[in-house]
Amino acid sequence: MKRIGWAIALAAAWLTPAAAQAPTTPANSAAQTTTVPNNGTRPAALPAGSVATPPAGFAQNPNNPSPPTATPAQEPVASALPTVAPTPGIGEPDGRMMLQDQVTPIGREAAAFHDDWLLPLCAIICALVLGLLLYAMIFFRRGANPVPSRNSHNTTIEVIWTLVPVLILVAIAIPSIRLLRHTYSPPPADLTVKVTGHQWYWSYEYPANGVSFDSYMLKEKNDPTRQANQRYRTNADGPPLLAVDQRVVIPQGKVVKFIVTADDVIHSFAVPAFWIKQDANPGQLHEAWVKVDRPGVYFGQCSELCGARHGFMPISVEVVPPAEFAAWVASKGGHMPGATPAAAPSTTAGPAGPMTTPAPAIAGTAAANPTPAPTNPNVANRANQ
Amino acid sequence: MSTTADSLHLQPHEAHGAEHHEDHKPSFFVRWFMSTNHKDIGTLYLIFAIFAGTLGGAISGIMRWELMEPGIQVLNHAWPIGAGTANFDEWTHHWNVLITAHALIMIFFTIMPAMMGGFGNWFVPLMIGAPDMAFPRMNNISFWLLVPAFMLLLGSTMVPGGSGLGAGTGWTLYAPLSTSGSVGPAVDMVIFSMHLAGASSILGAINFITTIFNMRAPGMTLHKMPLFVWSVLVTAFLLLLSLPVLAGAITMLLTDRNFGTAFFDASGGGNVVLYQHLFWFFGHPEVYIMILPGFGMVSQVVSTFSRKPVFGYLGMAYAMVAIGVIGFVVWAHHMFTTGMSVDEKMYFTAATMIIAVPTGVKIFSWIATMWGGSLTFETPMLFAIGFIFLFTVGGVTGVVLANGGVDTYMQDTYYVVAHFHYVLSLGAIFSIFAGFYYWFPKMSGKMYNEFLGKVHFFLMFIGVNVIFFPMHFLGLDGMPRRIPDYTPAFAHWNYVSTVGYMITVVGVAVFFVNLFWSLAAGRKAPANPWGEGATTLEWTLSSPPPFHQYSTLPRID
Repeated sequence: MKRIGWAIALAAAWLTPAAAQAPTTPANSAAQTTTVPNNGTRPAALPAGSVATPPAGFAQNPNNPSPPTATPAQEPVASALPTVAPTPGIGEPDGRMMLQDQVTPIGREAAAFHDDWLLPLCAIICALVLGLLLYAMIFFRRGANPVPSRNSHNTTIEVIWTLVPVLILVAIAIPSIRLLRHTYSPPPADLTVKVTGHQWYWSYEYPANGVSFDSYMLKEKNDPTRQANQRYRTNADGPPLLAVDQRVVIPQGKVVKFIVTADDVIHSFAVPAFWIKQDANPGQLHEAWVKVDRPGVYFGQCSELCGARHGFMPISVEVVPPAEFAAWVASKGGHMPGATPAAAPSTTAGPAGPMTTPAPAIAGTAAANPTPAPTNPNVANRANQ
Repeated sequence: MSTTADSLHLQPHEAHGAEHHEDHKPSFFVRWFMSTNHKDIGTLYLIFAIFAGTLGGAISGIMRWELMEPGIQVLNHAWPIGAGTANFDEWTHHWNVLITAHALIMIFFTIMPAMMGGFGNWFVPLMIGAPDMAFPRMNNISFWLLVPAFMLLLGSTMVPGGSGLGAGTGWTLYAPLSTSGSVGPAVDMVIFSMHLAGASSILGAINFITTIFNMRAPGMTLHKMPLFVWSVLVTAFLLLLSLPVLAGAITMLLTDRNFGTAFFDASGGGNVVLYQHLFWFFGHPEVYIMILPGFGMVSQVVSTFSRKPVFGYLGMAYAMVAIGVIGFVVWAHHMFTTGMSVDEKMYFTAATMIIAVPTGVKIFSWIATMWGGSLTFETPMLFAIGFIFLFTVGGVTGVVLANGGVDTYMQDTYYVVAHFHYVLSLGAIFSIFAGFYYWFPKMSGKMYNEFLGKVHFFLMFIGVNVIFFPMHFLGLDGMPRRIPDYTPAFAHWNYVSTVGYMITVVGVAVFFVNLFWSLAAGRKAPANPWGEGATTLEWTLSSPPPFHQYSTLPRID
């Protein structure tokens, strides 16, 4: 209970546009990528092959007809998608030996905790143990030390090697608990997306926008299991086994709440670059939240064994500027709720109030309130506290 | 307060063997199929574990072969486990069968039988000065329950289990993938297999606890017991307390599958996460069950080849007790992404990190045992030193994973795979090899070949590190576990990892050459081949020990 007031204050702070524009976490240079102009602004450069043809995409699973609400949204989509090509090395694996670049405040805080504190600590402890072992092996080998000592007790040193690890663990636990507290202090959501895992695809629903669709992995052109009319993957869609036919699109700099569930077995909704991973449990609703400050495409994969095609139900999230997001919603046959965030003023003429009641099980107050909060502490700085 | 080391009162008449009635062995069938002799049952367990371990290792070979390059190039062929067809879902289901079988075989049919059944049976009575286990016939059924359990597990791969033949649920058997998600008898057979293996282990645990509490030789107080006996005692309590929870959980799975209950089915009022809590309440003590006897063996080996008593004996013993106790209250760190509350995550983060303290005590005490010693580097010592370092590497990544906020990223990636293979494949297996080489002369009466043993160690040390260290990189880059195919960015480190597997296979081949050569033509082993450092009671007996030992109980002053 003690945390709640604290959480609300920070949550209110989270919405400040300045926070989104000026991430100031110093620990991770990856944050600088947010200032680089990126291909989110030049969709026209894409090859024609990347233009979606959703009916063919949906055709790959005839057993699973789309819900009726999605039907009107399918037709006009093809040319209106704000299609963005992914940036190699950002939001996708690239064979590196370290964490993916992080684009959310929580991700930067956690990555800094790992890279600047946990990892050096691990290296030092391993080096210490290895050094002691090698020293003993060299200087206490039988040739060098033929008469073994009989000592088997030293209370002082035993107390030391019990207490020093305790202190180290406390020094790990403090930032670790702080990270958890931040992760669990979501600001009020600007947008709620319901994510449902199925065997073996994801479906997404925007309750306040009247948009919903399914998202399947794109197969390779030469894949023998691809049907002739099925769209195949191009490089503009993303890497093999990660690209999907319909990305989930979210606005840049806004707090997005993913409500995660499943309708058959357990799946897990994970996007490494956002530092989120939430199991999708059938019969339960759980939430994960992000505030992404860099437009682009980010990939993830189902992260809980869910049957035969567990490795073939990727997640692809496209982050676009708020105005483009509104255009995308319109292109899907949806609408922006009345009190849209100020960053997308052109849509304020829409109907007042949310058209769709958020999913009833969404706990707390955040999801039901699309109004930006007025206060102003800088959210990106929280990682420094 | 030292170990039995200094205070042994030797019973020399044992050493030159009381040949007449003590060594009278029954006929072959009665001896090996109706055995009540702890040493024979231990031998059966070891043969069983080597057989199962070879199979489990071969399965990992199929998996590394498939993962060597992007694409599906191995699963689309017929294999002994599961059947290949032209159906893509069957190929990938086949993958899930392989990962499930690999884990279950290695955990329940290799590491546990080798450590508890094999070395525990062989050396707990010898080390505490007991003529045999407390319940010799129960000991026999403990072993023979394992055989049908293994047959059920192997048989499950030949019957339908959802998208193809076999159970493709992962060793954790998470509902609802293991209930509504796997139609067919395969998962039922796996559940029965776990029931039998669990019953076997519970009976074994009862036997060990009774033996250690009641059958110690005169003067062998608890605080004089060798650390290996301590480790078996703690492990037996973990088995006794955790396995019934597994039995309950998988029984509920069974009724969910077959009898219309809905314990883990949300549509009937159940809860899918409840199963995970029950499973990991067993599953986390299980990981200590797999490593604690290894701690004990490493302590014996390090002390022997340093020619010093174990440093901080009491601290070592009670560190294991502490690990066992704390191991029961940290289970949900396996479930950080299931949607737990923040308070749960904070508690399980903190509690998990506490385990690093007694573990650190053990690591430093081993090094302190070596400190000031007179070290020689026979094969068991090499494996023990390798264990200490590699277990440290696996331990520090465990501390990383203990952080709930960091685990969000790592959960279900190859980072976790790297972590638990460092503590199991490189920890538990290395300690088993240390124990095996250490006690091979005692068990067989033959010396192993030292040169081949060292070749085995170095090949395996290099091989397993090349397999598993790159998996840290794959995990940090975001590669999920349990996928048969991956995006090309992961190709490089997967290729390296498969090369490491090839090196390891050569090392294991050297082990088998050494094993069979030594059994057939090894030099005859003296009662104590290791010299002044080997101070526990088993070295006072002949090699191999007489069929029945300690007809006059040894007395420890």
